[in-house]
Amino acid sequence: MILVIAEQREGKLNRATWETIVGAQQLAGASGAPVAIVVPGAKTSGVANELAAAQVKEVVALEHAALEPYTPDGYTAALQDAIGQLSPTYVLLPHTYQTRDFAPKLAARLDRALLTDVTAIKPGSEPSFVRPMFQGKLTADVVPQGPAPHFVTFQIGAYRVDRVAKGASPAPVRALTAKVDAAAIREKPEPPFQQAKQAVDLSQAERIVSVGRGIKDQTNIDVAKKLADALGAEIAASRPICDAGWLPMERQVGSSGQTVAPKLYVALGISGAIQHLVGMKGSNTVVAINKDPDAPIFEIADYGIVGDLFEIVPAIIEAVKQ
Amino acid sequence: MKVAVCIKQVPSREWHPRLNDDRTWIRDQDANFEMNEPDAYALEEALRLKEKHGGEVVVCSAGPARVAQVIREALARGADRAIHVEDDGLASADAFVTSGALAAAMKDETFDLILTGLQSDDQGFAQVGVILAEKLGLPHATIIMEVQAEGGSLRVKRELEGGWFQWVAMPLPAVLTIQSGINQLRYATLKGIMAAKKKEIRKAAAPSSASPKQKIVSLYVPEKGKKTQMIGGSPAEAAKELVKRLRDEARVIS
Repeated sequence: MILVIAEQREGKLNRATWETIVGAQQLAGASGAPVAIVVPGAKTSGVANELAAAQVKEVVALEHAALEPYTPDGYTAALQDAIGQLSPTYVLLPHTYQTRDFAPKLAARLDRALLTDVTAIKPGSEPSFVRPMFQGKLTADVVPQGPAPHFVTFQIGAYRVDRVAKGASPAPVRALTAKVDAAAIREKPEPPFQQAKQAVDLSQAERIVSVGRGIKDQTNIDVAKKLADALGAEIAASRPICDAGWLPMERQVGSSGQTVAPKLYVALGISGAIQHLVGMKGSNTVVAINKDPDAPIFEIADYGIVGDLFEIVPAIIEAVKQ
Repeated sequence: MKVAVCIKQVPSREWHPRLNDDRTWIRDQDANFEMNEPDAYALEEALRLKEKHGGEVVVCSAGPARVAQVIREALARGADRAIHVEDDGLASADAFVTSGALAAAMKDETFDLILTGLQSDDQGFAQVGVILAEKLGLPHATIIMEVQAEGGSLRVKRELEGGWFQWVAMPLPAVLTIQSGINQLRYATLKGIMAAKKKEIRKAAAPSSASPKQKIVSLYVPEKGKKTQMIGGSPAEAAKELVKRLRDEARVIS
């Protein structure tokens, strides 16, 4: 059996869970293994019923008051017990920040393999899992070692939600009381908050000019701003630029910033680390300008120019004006 | 406060990947190496905690002999001493093996706090810190953007997705994985570099029992997802051609 661990917060499903279900259905396809979904939380029957639309064997609402809010101690205890009862061969999760917080602990508790940030499955008698390495410069086919279950987390966007196989009728949902000792939970979380009002909503921008490390110096941001003006675009950046304070955090695109899908995305001196790509790969047309011909950004670009952005960008501004 | 920082040595950002003969790992001898960037932020955070609360910063690294370079660099930036788990096999080890090696060498030190980067720029598991916490029986928090350690208790700001954050309190000792950008990095001074030469680096052997939990069967340059049109020529020619295609082909500018 292949088990998907769903992610929800206060009864609201994280949609990345559907992507993981697609991955599970693909992995099951070859072997004919059934797929089940477990939904940990305090009150998860609503989310469990929502997920029952998927073509799966069953959905298990793994409930305990101590599972809301999320803590790594609580989730590890509850899922360790549930996995013991369900004895899956694979445990699949979306590679979210929450998964990254508890999945390594859960896998270590059970002394089992954990493959993270997987983008595809290569089926076979011994399936291998495709994952990026070296900041996306290389890709690896990886095989988990040791006894089952093997844990696998899928990169956000690895599977399309609309590919999920739905059942003719809803899958059975059952409740399972989680075994959690609330007193043994060491982490005491406070309510989530947003740092500052998002004054800039990049998700609505039609065109974006985005800068990365290749811009080299704060004073060079002006070059990119001039291009943005010429194209009628918003200015944005990858994480290191905002970390350095060269542009405000609210202009950051990527897993820790905003997710954008403009008609045109121009990446200036952005290498294309996966944390950035997840925030912009839904863009319609991507232009990459980078001095490094091996930069991963070129793999997802529609148009690429290898060269010095300080020569190319002024030339583009000139050409746009003509 | 006795703070440990786990750092990893990774290929530099400018490194162009070259594969070994059986295409399961990189050609180590061709690479230039540097300190994993998130680990550099973890080190900086440890140094700031020491400046505020006193105590000691101990750098821990698991890797072959060459990682002595980043250990020296960390000592030059202000760490007090180091533990080096030295083994050639650790160069390509998975997160279980690496954290096992670190845990064995660190467990008798009774650190108050253990920091490391949220993930490494080489294999990018994002697992070592959390597995280390589990192996040492400690609570943990990941992707941390602020650390408050007052009077024996710990409160940290955890980054969530999409611009959300959350404060989490937990008892010490604990393990934190640090997000890049939590602070502004310092660089080693000449005085620091000189002082580092006299600082202790304790060598430890890797546990012999470690068995890998994953195996790389093939390593390759990524296949292009879409058909990228590369535009050549002089900057002026390339710019002109790009603008033409954006107007006439993609129709995304007027």
